[in-house]
Amino acid sequence: MSVRRLAAEQPEGFAFTPENLDWAKAEIKKYPEGRQASAVLSLLWRAQEQMGGWISEPALRAVADMLGMAYIRVYEIVTFYTMFNLAPVGRYYVQVCGTTPCMLRGAEDIKDACRKHIGPKDTVSKDGMFSWTEVECLGACVNAPMAQINKYYYEDLTPENFESILKRLRKGEHVEPGPQNGRKTSAPLSGPNTLTDASIYANDTSGPAFGCAGPALVDAEAKRPGAAANVREAAVPKPPLKKPSVKKPRPS
Amino acid sequence: MTAFVETDPGSPPMPKIIIDDTEHDFPDGITLIQACDMAGVEIPRFCYHERLSIAGNCRMCLVEVVGMPKPVASCAMSVNDLRPNRDGTPPTVLTQSATTRKAQEGTLEFLLINHPLDCPICDQGGECDLQDQTMAFGFDAGRYQDNKRAVEDKYLGPLIKTFMTRCIHCTRCVRFMSEVAGVQELGAIGRGEDMEITTYLEHGMHSNLSGNVVDLCPVGALTAKPYAFLARPWELTKTPSIDVMDALGSAIRVDARGREVLRILPRINDAVNEEWISDKARHVWDGLRTQRLDRPYLKRNGKLEPATWDEAFAAIAAKLSALTARSLAAIAGDLAAAEDMYALKELAGGLGSPNVDCRQDGAKLDPSLGRATYLFNTTIGGIEDADAVLFVGTDPRVEAPVLTRAFSVGTSSKGLLPVGLIGTEVDLTYPCEYLGAGPETLAKIADGSHAFAKTLQEAEKPMIVVGPGSACAPDGAAVLALAAKAAKKMGALTGGWNGFNVLHTAAGRVAGLDLGFVPGEGRSRRGGHVRAAGKGDLKVVYLLGADEIDASRLGDAFVIYQGSHGDRGAHRADVILPGAAYTEKDGTYVNTEGRAQMTTRAIFPPGEAREDWTILRALSGVLGRPLPFDSLQELRAKMYAACPHLALLDLVEPADAAAIEKLAGKPAKPGKDRFGLVIEDYYLSNPVARASAIMASLSAMHAGGPEKATGTDG
Repeated sequence: MSVRRLAAEQPEGFAFTPENLDWAKAEIKKYPEGRQASAVLSLLWRAQEQMGGWISEPALRAVADMLGMAYIRVYEIVTFYTMFNLAPVGRYYVQVCGTTPCMLRGAEDIKDACRKHIGPKDTVSKDGMFSWTEVECLGACVNAPMAQINKYYYEDLTPENFESILKRLRKGEHVEPGPQNGRKTSAPLSGPNTLTDASIYANDTSGPAFGCAGPALVDAEAKRPGAAANVREAAVPKPPLKKPSVKKPRPS
Repeated sequence: MTAFVETDPGSPPMPKIIIDDTEHDFPDGITLIQACDMAGVEIPRFCYHERLSIAGNCRMCLVEVVGMPKPVASCAMSVNDLRPNRDGTPPTVLTQSATTRKAQEGTLEFLLINHPLDCPICDQGGECDLQDQTMAFGFDAGRYQDNKRAVEDKYLGPLIKTFMTRCIHCTRCVRFMSEVAGVQELGAIGRGEDMEITTYLEHGMHSNLSGNVVDLCPVGALTAKPYAFLARPWELTKTPSIDVMDALGSAIRVDARGREVLRILPRINDAVNEEWISDKARHVWDGLRTQRLDRPYLKRNGKLEPATWDEAFAAIAAKLSALTARSLAAIAGDLAAAEDMYALKELAGGLGSPNVDCRQDGAKLDPSLGRATYLFNTTIGGIEDADAVLFVGTDPRVEAPVLTRAFSVGTSSKGLLPVGLIGTEVDLTYPCEYLGAGPETLAKIADGSHAFAKTLQEAEKPMIVVGPGSACAPDGAAVLALAAKAAKKMGALTGGWNGFNVLHTAAGRVAGLDLGFVPGEGRSRRGGHVRAAGKGDLKVVYLLGADEIDASRLGDAFVIYQGSHGDRGAHRADVILPGAAYTEKDGTYVNTEGRAQMTTRAIFPPGEAREDWTILRALSGVLGRPLPFDSLQELRAKMYAACPHLALLDLVEPADAAAIEKLAGKPAKPGKDRFGLVIEDYYLSNPVARASAIMASLSAMHAGGPEKATGTDG
């Protein structure tokens, strides 16, 4: 968190593209008369997307005018929410998670890689391709360290694979988001280490081959603890109560 | 369980609360901090203000409530929401307990983490809530070791000096601007420790109530720029008085040191200004020391030269002795006190001249029609009862800034207060339906054919507010009659409700009308005195602080100017008699509601200037017709005999609404000219304001539109 100001250099004006304008009008219509200001976050977010990742002062005013809000009120909002960027960002906007789990797993090295390949924090690289910042927890601690690049999470980063991501993105290549160390989502890297007893899948012919059992998909497929594998944990409706319970007042 | 709460099903509950061992009954729906205030128990607070919405963000008002796991913010806790104790006794609030003390000390320690310890160089020193409460409720030392936060200062216009590092984020200023001043100008950007108070891109604040945020600021973050580093509060002599910058008669306190007024602050008067005053009332004080007339002047060989009082009086006596009394006219200005006008009227009457007038703006208000025809009959306190309002030829935001809140928070049975406006289309800051520009629209309202007329007729307590913009027009008399017709038609004169209102702009006007300071029987000519003088019908014109006239049209008349400032009237004068400004005399002013109030002398007039009634008394002696009073008490006794309601200080005597009915019966055929606005430049509308550099800078700011801070500014 730091003091947030509008960028010193601002574009001339701002106007929603026709598609975005239609979308914005539909968004405003969602709210009852007199409550149009409720649409301010959606409109600002769309404006930020249209601007390529930041909100300019003319865009701020345009949104305020559309919603009949005072400029200062919209100014308060864009400075309050840190996900609104007030200065231009690179084509790839890298948000490195720096909160404790990621920090313990090496986020500092990822930040160093950013400094090396992109430049100082919150500045756009010379080619305009990248800018980076540190953000608070993005909620992917199990895949720490991680970073969000534009809309996608890149997880299980090391300085090496992170640098490779940046290089490939710079070349215009597509980089598959998700864990970068080969594991699937947040499954254990060393392969499954629970539910590995073959017998529990003996009667199951629906799933993949033995040893590669997938997770239970619905409650009804889950095994009841201590019971045979064919006894499934399906929800059993409770019988109705015979009579409504009446709480007796406590004697005073 | 002991049945403790005995409620009568018919009456609203009266919550009982024990505050520090004493049981109290409180009205329903108030907050705990209000309850403590009523019980006489002091709760420290920063963000809470009884006239603003509740924010609950300073945490200074934490108190212990027995049974609650944590201290509660008393400003945000309703007395109805407290639970009785387990033994059935009423909820118990402990304001002196160890828990409360610890909470208060902790809160103050947190607030002081980022607050600079610069009290010796802070203008708020000596009247600072943070200073006082730290002394009373704080801990002796802080434990914070790290660097303090520093915040950039903001440019908020020529009136407000900022020192934002001192800000404790109470948001009183933000709430005031949007709730009372009615404009969304101030806001809090950023968040947490980095929250900062500012306007949008630091344009100056444009509201004419912005000065009040300085009073509201509990610390020295917002201070008055013109008053910066001038004085400490304990050096000042504080004199309660009445403001004369508009016709509301706001209660003010004049703070003076020696012979100089250093600042003007509002006083609380719930019936009039609550505790707000306009920027003009607050900051006009520097005009009280510039352009002052501090000695008599006499025109010799076409040039004004300093003279003695005797020479000046002798010149007037010589001029008057050669003329018939009827060729003398007297015009009273906007800031004249009732005593001065009474003395001048008696003087002119004693000389035999009926040509007196207090309506220098040409308003067609006629006191002979009855007092109700020129008063704000609903009264300011009555605005909240109104359920529909029609403004005619007025801009209340400029003519009476303090009323903004009363109209903006008004409600009707259908929601917001419906407001209609006829005249110049102005921004009132609250929703308003613009109906039309001139008398034709008003006529449609009066005959009920206009759509808005239905709203007014359906309202139980409709109001019509006639401003000077319509009353001062050449056809003002007809417009007034038409407005009275409209009032009658919409049912504004029913029962105890009187919804016919005239909003004055001049502090002295109502007193003048009350005293009958208007042309009497046998006046020389129809039409204004100025025109008559221009034509040569009037040979001598006595201007009592009258500057809002076109002095160049006075022709060859011999002009006597008595007043405080060397302004338009004085420039044209042949004799200048230096008088006292409103802070330098004890004068009675009647506000637009008809409420008589008295100013108190805070300082002496400069140089040889004298209180105005004494000048007139002395002059009457020289003219051989001494006025029958030698002291202010004697003058007032005579004045009260002539006009008894002037003695009812601070009260409003309801005027007889029958006068309005009678006015409504008069023929009303106004022209088609649209209603204008009388105040061209709000900040330069009287001689004191025109002498003020602060008012000039405000005027320039508004003329130039939104300006940017230059960096060297402030």
